[in-house]
Formats: sequence, structure tokens, C-alpha cells
Amino acid sequence: MKILITSLFFSLLSLSAAGHAASGSVHLDHFEADLTNTASLQRGARTFTNYCLSCHSASYMRYNRMAQDLGLTDKQVLENLMFASDKIGDTMTIAMRAEDAEKWFGTAVPDLSVVSRSRGTDWLYTYLRTFYKDPATAIGTNNLVFDKVGMPHVLWEQQGYLALEHDDDHDPHLSSATEGDLSKSEYDGMVYDLVNFLGYIGEPSKLQRLALGKWVLLYLIILLLVAYPMKKAFWKDIK
Amino acid sequence: MLGNLMAWIDARFPATKMWEDHMSKYYAPKNFNFWYFFGFIAMLVLVLQIVTGIILTMHYKPDAELAFASVEYIMRDVPWGWLIRYLHSTGASFFFVVVYLHMFRGLLYGSYKKPRELVWLFGMFLYLALMAEAFMGYLLPWGQMSFWGAQVIISLFGAVPFVGEELALWIRGDFVVADATLNRFFAFHVIAVPFVLVGLVVAHIIALHEVGSNNPDGVEIKKHKDENGIPLDGIPFFPYIVMKDIIAIIVFMFVFALVVFYAPEMGGWFLEHANFIPADALKTPEHIAPLWYFAPFYAILRAVPSIAGSAFPGVAAMGLSIVFLFLLPWLDRSPVKSIRYRGPYFKIALTLFTISFVILAFLGTQPVTPLYTFLSRLFSFIYFAFFILMPFYTKFDKDKPVPERVTTK
Repeated sequence: MKILITSLFFSLLSLSAAGHAASGSVHLDHFEADLTNTASLQRGARTFTNYCLSCHSASYMRYNRMAQDLGLTDKQVLENLMFASDKIGDTMTIAMRAEDAEKWFGTAVPDLSVVSRSRGTDWLYTYLRTFYKDPATAIGTNNLVFDKVGMPHVLWEQQGYLALEHDDDHDPHLSSATEGDLSKSEYDGMVYDLVNFLGYIGEPSKLQRLALGKWVLLYLIILLLVAYPMKKAFWKDIK
Repeated sequence: MLGNLMAWIDARFPATKMWEDHMSKYYAPKNFNFWYFFGFIAMLVLVLQIVTGIILTMHYKPDAELAFASVEYIMRDVPWGWLIRYLHSTGASFFFVVVYLHMFRGLLYGSYKKPRELVWLFGMFLYLALMAEAFMGYLLPWGQMSFWGAQVIISLFGAVPFVGEELALWIRGDFVVADATLNRFFAFHVIAVPFVLVGLVVAHIIALHEVGSNNPDGVEIKKHKDENGIPLDGIPFFPYIVMKDIIAIIVFMFVFALVVFYAPEMGGWFLEHANFIPADALKTPEHIAPLWYFAPFYAILRAVPSIAGSAFPGVAAMGLSIVFLFLLPWLDRSPVKSIRYRGPYFKIALTLFTISFVILAFLGTQPVTPLYTFLSRLFSFIYFAFFILMPFYTKFDKDKPVPERVTTK
């Protein structure tokens, strides 16, 4: 019975719960986050502050926290990554007003602080690589995982434009329509770093969490090694 | 010196007497097994939730404009805030894991049966209070699932005939879930319900210590006492059971720490992904899922078809699914308590019931499909049949003889 219950319980866990928001039926590419790769996070921060942080805010994320976690000095961040503010303790806010965004993009532009936790990094990694030309939309581009998204293809200079092709025997797939500055693998690498960074700002404390976890577990194991013989000693006269 | 101090206190407050009645001279059966750890662990989790909850209250803002941001503030800017928050959110789910195992123990060994009916009833009221506590606590982060979960559940009260709409309005304090709802849920979550919980825990334990603990053999240890009136199969709760429970607690904390440090979202089961989107009254999520511990009842709710456009039958079925648990002591007519000496009917019934409960929990978190609706109905049917047929299958079951004294392996 015990085994039945525990196995049922754990097999339930392997099933997906509510799932990430609105992933639809499109296949998502797998993203393996690596928070220990500081260089990747730094490159991601550069991409984020240069290309995202003018329309999107990350208003729960502080610049100096990022500096500290990414091995940067406050001066480096102030000079290279801060365009919207000049106080190192500020959060990543933007100047664009919500009502303007509503007018320009047809919707409020979401804050990206915890987007990696609501959408999931697989979704983000796929989303940022699957913009394609679509004359049917108002802005001329569309996205495989987010149909009729109001956001234009911001990284078009790097990726170039893709086109959606329908073959008879295949599912719709994307192919290159115009060349970008980066090769496919270079662009994938750029998006990887960006999504890695988005994962980081989704939960900066994950760095402390993972670092502390093993010590807590080790402590509990030692405690058990001490406590169990003690329990044995107390119980030796119980028949 | 210390003896004098204790004498001075005991003349004014029954400290030694209470210690002896509930600890050093409270005799528990010596054959407790794995299933008997969860009461003690539930107390530990309650303390954990109260302590972490108090600390969270110091930084949390119960305001629709500020709530979501204040949780992120706790996660990022409050020193160790992330740890306190994860302990609290993981603690909520583990509270239910522990309580469900604790209740299942009651089913296995007939702990609800005479003379422990009140222990069971206090426990069931505790479970109800815990559900209220969890439901209201889940609104506080003010994410999309907080908001829409509350919206759905409160609107269920609207299905009550005649007074429903008024009732739902009264609960929300507004026409939709809004700042007023958040504030009152906060008040209930941090003060009112915890008070009730602690009071019920005291009642639960006083009732238990009055009648004595049941055990895996389901025999009364008080029937056989030595010349000093001490049960022959009993051992003092302190230090024996306490020492054993400490081992269980260390193992429990290990599992708990694995989740807190390595999987606090538990893949969306403990913290739903959509709850990282701030509450938005204008954007209904495609799929509103309750947390796993409410899911079996939610599945039952959705399994019952509405009659004449009213969802009331589903709401009533959901209510009944919990009411039946209260009635267990009177539905079970077997003279035998423990599953060890029960006949095959009860064993089959309990197995089917357990499977139904787990599958309903899964179905309750999933979007509606024709197959899932069919399965929800099938397993809801089994869930209710377990209770409704219980007076019959327990009465005519081929129970085995129960030993006089407890057995040890």
C-alpha cells in the first residue's frame, strides 16, 4: 500500500501541472539554463538593456543586485548597461508610459521581471527565434508560439527575417527570407544568453538558494547520524 | 533550588501535572509505525507556517495595487525573504501532504471509530479550517491564479438557490474579487483562521489524550494494565515517542528542504506558473486550475452536470464529498478497527477510494475534455460509493480475529 501511494504520488508529479501560460500546441525548443555561466549572463544583460529595456521594464530588478550577481562593478554597469536611469540602486524601469504603449502596440507592454517564471524559459527561447513575416498582421510580422503578437521582430538586424512555409507533406516551418548579421548558430547563442539572463532576473535569489541547499541537506544528514543512535539507545529496553 | 522553584510553580499552575499528563506519563502504544509520524509532523508544519507567516506579514502589503510587487520585494530585496517565502509556500503544500497521510492513517487503522469519534470530528474541523486558510492565503500573492481561483470559488456560493448572489457579494465585498476581498482574506488568513486552527489543535489533542492513541493493531492498550495502572503495551510519550518522532522530523525536513531549495515551484504543482502574472480582472486565463490539494473536490464539482443552468448540484456534491468524511465513525459498522484484521470488502473499497482520490486530484488540475469528464464522473461515483455503501460492506465483511495485545514485528 505504501509503495502504491508513493509511486502514484511521484508519477503525478512527473505529469505537467497547469502548464505554462498559453504555450499552445507548438513544439517548444528545450532550454537548459546555466546560472553559473557568468559570461553568458553578462552578454544577456547587454542584449537585454540594449534591445528590450526601452519598451519592457523589469521593475523588480535592481541594477546593483545585477552588478553584484554578475560579477560586475557598479561603475561598469553605470557606464555600459544603464540607459534609463543613473542611480545604481534603481530598479529597471522605463520612460514609456503604459497608455502610450497601448496606443502604439495595441496592448500594454508586459514587465519582464518574472516572465521566465510565467512563460517558462523554453517558451521564451522558442518565441525569440520564431518571428516570421506575415503581411496579414498590422505590423507585418507574426510569431509561431504567440499568434498575432503586438511585439515587432526587434532583433531583425541580427536574425534577418524568416518566412512561414507550408509544404504538403510537412507541418508549417520557418525558413530564412532575408539574411541577418549573425549566422543561425550565432543568433541562437545570442538568444540563449538573453533567455539565460531573463531566467536569472526571474529569481535572482536562485543563486543563493542553490548555494545554500546542499549545506542544509548535509546538516540534516549529520543530525540524523547523531539522532538515530540516540533514539536506538533510548529504545533498547522496549521489547 | 530548581525543585523548590517547580514546587512554587506547581502550587500555582499545574506545570508538572500537565507535563506528566501529556508527555512523561501519557502512555502511547509501543507498536506505532510509519503512519503515526504525521500528527507530530503536522504540528511542526503548523508552527513553521505561523512563524514564517508572521515574518512575511512584516513586508507584505495587503493592497491590490501593491500586493504582487511586495511579494517580489520579499523575494529579492528582503534579506532571506526568498527563503521565508518558499518555506511558507512549500509549507502550505506539505501541510496538505502531511494531513492527507495523517487522515489516511485514520482510515487504515479505524482511528475514527469508538471511542475516538470526537478526535476525528475535531480533526475534520481542523481540515476544513486548513482548507479555508490555504484558500485565502492563495489570494494574497495577487497573481492571475490567485485572482481567478478566488473568483471561481466565490462564485460557487452564487449557485446556492435564492440567496446565492447576495452571499457571493457579501463574501467578496465587491462585485468582483477586488481590494476589499484581498483585505478581508488577509485578515482571515493571518488572524481569524489561525486562531481557530490552534484552538482546534488543542481540542484534538485533549480529546486524543483522554481516550488514548489507537495503533496499527486497532486494539485498546488500556484493557491490559499492570499493578500500577500503566498499560502493558504502552510506553511514555516522552522520551520514547518523542525520540522516534525526532527521527521522522529530520527525514521529513530533508525531503522538505529538497523541495524548498531545488524545486520550490514543484513543476507548477506548488506554485502555479500563471501566478507570476499580476492579477488582471480583464484577462481571464484560458485554464483556471486549483492547487493540487483542492483538485479532487474541484474535479467532483465539475463532474456533476448542472441542472436547469444551475451549477448548484455540483456545488452540493462537492460539499457532500467533505461532509461524508465527517460521518465516517457512524458509517463504518465493522467491529474491527485495523485494516490488518479487516475482511476483503473493506480492503478493496479503501484501495478503490484511494485511487479515485489521487486520480480526481489529477483531473481537477486539467482542462475539461470529454474523456476527462467521463473519468471524473466515474471516479466521483467510486468516491461516493465508498461512503454510501460502507454500512453494508463493513457489516458483512469477513473480518479476522483481533489479538488481545499489540503485535510487534
